[in-house]
Amino acid sequence: MTLTQTDVLTGLAEVLDEVSGVPADKVVREATFENDLEVDSLTMVEVVVACEERFGVRIPDEALENLRTVGDAIDYIAAAGVPA
Amino acid sequence: MLLEGKRLLITGVLTDSSIAFSVARLAQEQGATIVLTGFGRSLSLTNRIAKRLPSSPPVIELDVTSEEDLELLPKRLREHVDGVDGILHAIGFAPAAALGQGVLETSWEDAGTALHVSTWSYPALARAALPLLAPGSSYVGLDFDARVAWPAYDWMGVAKAGLESANRYLARDLGAHGVRSNLVAAGPLKTMAAKAIPGFHQFEDAWAQRAPLGWDVNDPEPTAKACVALMSDWFPKTTGQIVYVDGGFSAVGV
Repeated sequence: MTLTQTDVLTGLAEVLDEVSGVPADKVVREATFENDLEVDSLTMVEVVVACEERFGVRIPDEALENLRTVGDAIDYIAAAGVPA
Repeated sequence: MLLEGKRLLITGVLTDSSIAFSVARLAQEQGATIVLTGFGRSLSLTNRIAKRLPSSPPVIELDVTSEEDLELLPKRLREHVDGVDGILHAIGFAPAAALGQGVLETSWEDAGTALHVSTWSYPALARAALPLLAPGSSYVGLDFDARVAWPAYDWMGVAKAGLESANRYLARDLGAHGVRSNLVAAGPLKTMAAKAIPGFHQFEDAWAQRAPLGWDVNDPEPTAKACVALMSDWFPKTTGQIVYVDGGFSAVGV
């Protein structure tokens, strides 16, 4: 199954709402997790875990360090979700 | 199996790189029934990660700085197990201001928080669980060698030194109950806790150069195996001790 950018955006918005109560309309590509969405490091770890379950991908710590915006996360998950 | 029929209380499972996660997984593989604890904002994270274990264990709420939670612990535990044969204490915290600024610059409030969560909680958890602890049971805590000063570790290092002393006093006081208390002093591991330590790479580099057996900062399993061994029946007369699982780092000078 190939994940489209739209699939990931929708799913990520649902995860952010469930984990941290972030309103869906704030989840746009340019939004930064830390400042715009007020997701701190502990919450971010839970977001990652929830995304791993939801999208069936693995997001290692080294990758997490580079996921600053919603767009970063969407690109990473969409790429990781494509079967090799 | 090493832990056949044992009932264990395991704290400190936060992510799948937590040392406690490896202990929980190995304990289940070795036949134990386990109950996890989580607290505050991270409780939901622990609940998610618990599902990644071979069989999904119950998670009960325990904030070791809450007298109410400590009092309620036996009741909450009895909902899942009728007794406890082993406890893993994998709890530590220091505010950012107590790490990496030098010990001279830390307020009592910040240092006190580190000591409350990381040191005081060790005997406190034993006291709370004592009504359920069967004779022959084993209490294991996670330590980082506190005999020397480290870069950046600061008040967490002081807290660990207190933990090492508390372990000896606890061994004394739990002896009459037939309960053992020991610590496992691990080498540096890349867990959530490690992320809070500025300049973690200094530890990583030092271990890479010095540990005779080598050391993998991403592999908590050697440490977890020692915890499981101490919780088994194979260290029946060992208490008040520290087992160093550090690749031999602390045995050599340079």
